Amino acid sequence: MYSKTVMDHFRNPHNYGKMEDPDGVGKVGNPQCGDEMVIYIKVDNDVIVDVKFETFGCVAAIASSSITTDLVKGKTIEEALKITNKDVVDQLGGLPAIKTHCSVLAEDGIKAAIEDYLKKKKEKEQN
Amino acid sequence: MEKKFIYLDNNATTKVDDIVVKEMQKYFTEVYGNPSSLYDLGQEAKEAIENARQRVAKILNCDASEIYFTGSGTESDNLAIKGVVRRYQNKGKHIITSAIEHHAVLNAVEYLGKKEGFEYSLVKVNNDGIIDLDHLKSLIRNDTIIISIMYANNETGAIQPIEEIGKIAKEKGIYFHTDAVQAAGKLPLDVKKLNVDMMSLSGHKFHAPKGIGILYKRNGINPIPLFHGGHHEKNLRPSTENVPYIMGIAKALEIAYDELEEHKEKIYKLKMMLKEGIEKNIEGVISNTPENSVFNTLNYSFKGIEGESILFSLNDFGIGVSTGSACTSGSLEPSHVIMAMGRDHAICHSSIRFSLSKYNTEDEIKYTIEKLKEVVERIRKISPYKQ
Repeated sequence: MYSKTVMDHFRNPHNYGKMEDPDGVGKVGNPQCGDEMVIYIKVDNDVIVDVKFETFGCVAAIASSSITTDLVKGKTIEEALKITNKDVVDQLGGLPAIKTHCSVLAEDGIKAAIEDYLKKKKEKEQN
Repeated sequence: MEKKFIYLDNNATTKVDDIVVKEMQKYFTEVYGNPSSLYDLGQEAKEAIENARQRVAKILNCDASEIYFTGSGTESDNLAIKGVVRRYQNKGKHIITSAIEHHAVLNAVEYLGKKEGFEYSLVKVNNDGIIDLDHLKSLIRNDTIIISIMYANNETGAIQPIEEIGKIAKEKGIYFHTDAVQAAGKLPLDVKKLNVDMMSLSGHKFHAPKGIGILYKRNGINPIPLFHGGHHEKNLRPSTENVPYIMGIAKALEIAYDELEEHKEKIYKLKMMLKEGIEKNIEGVISNTPENSVFNTLNYSFKGIEGESILFSLNDFGIGVSTGSACTSGSLEPSHVIMAMGRDHAICHSSIRFSLSKYNTEDEIKYTIEKLKEVVERIRKISPYKQ
């Protein structure tokens, strides 16, 4: 049912866990729907220098979160914002059609974290 | 040494008993005649299936003429429900079933509602997943023609008060069908004592092959057949009789009831071992299986984790279980059964069913507890809900 890459990321997810003092946090989905993702980013000079995730969800949700953290790590904010759910699916070697929403959630998660970072940055600048 | 797969999903299907396979063999290659053929080879097959019918009837405490062989439990359910409401629709248009039925019943009833102008009501269950009898009574109308309530639930193992429901139906002159697919080989099937008019069974849940079912139908009730064809099964189920599989299901049912006490003791002991192992070793578990349940089934929700991730992680250790959440089976909806028990959505997404058989061992259960603990701890580390 799942590709080898999906299973590898599920078995050994990259960058999971809570981040102390993140610069941005994105929380998407909710346990009511069966999936919730929290993405934390640390940003230095507009570059995402560190990223972590915590996910409540199925195999596809965990694998999507994991690969997305790999995709954004080291990228500039601008580059990271260009990552789509299609990139997530491609990098995973495909997802069953019914699980596509997991990749969408991952895209939304990273965007939410960046949004949070930009909002905080703006607030700091205003103060 | 290659490890054996630890199969804990016996409510999904079971391994066919070697004795059953052996029993069937002869009817593929030796007694292969069509039971409708008049020469000896055909008549020998005919005698064999009539003998099988009698042996099944003995276990159900009914007459052999009331046993019909079908292609599956789903077919038996559809034949009973659609057949009866279509035949007796002049008496009324109302159907009662429950919120926790198998889809073979729920979707058949829903279809009748959507496409054929029938109306239906769903009986509620309590927190233990057991039918609320007062609610059932309140749903009965003058035009109710049939009540269909399962004997034991496939996801939680909860045993339903069939005898009482049958009594209520009888008093009101309503036909009563029970889907006993998960009860066969586990609970008594005496149709007279249970007050049922119709009962569905499925071979592959009790160590017979897939693709063979039984419908018990009390004489005097005349469902409209689903298929039209030859005179087989007294016109109720036209199709050349599947002789080897009929011999297989009869043999499997016989073994299940001849050895019931022995299996019950063994499997219940394993179930209790698993129950204790889970409850003592793993935090944040919610039991979805009540005390009054079939002796092989346990269902738990593991807080903070989605069921599918447990399923795939256990699979990595060679352990097969199923998730109550239909996530893997084409729908993203959480289990309708656990939902009906009033649990929170997240809890419903977290449920795992363990269903045991006579082939499981204590070592397998010990290994499962150990690996389950590891798996739950690992996945909780990834989850925002650490428990």
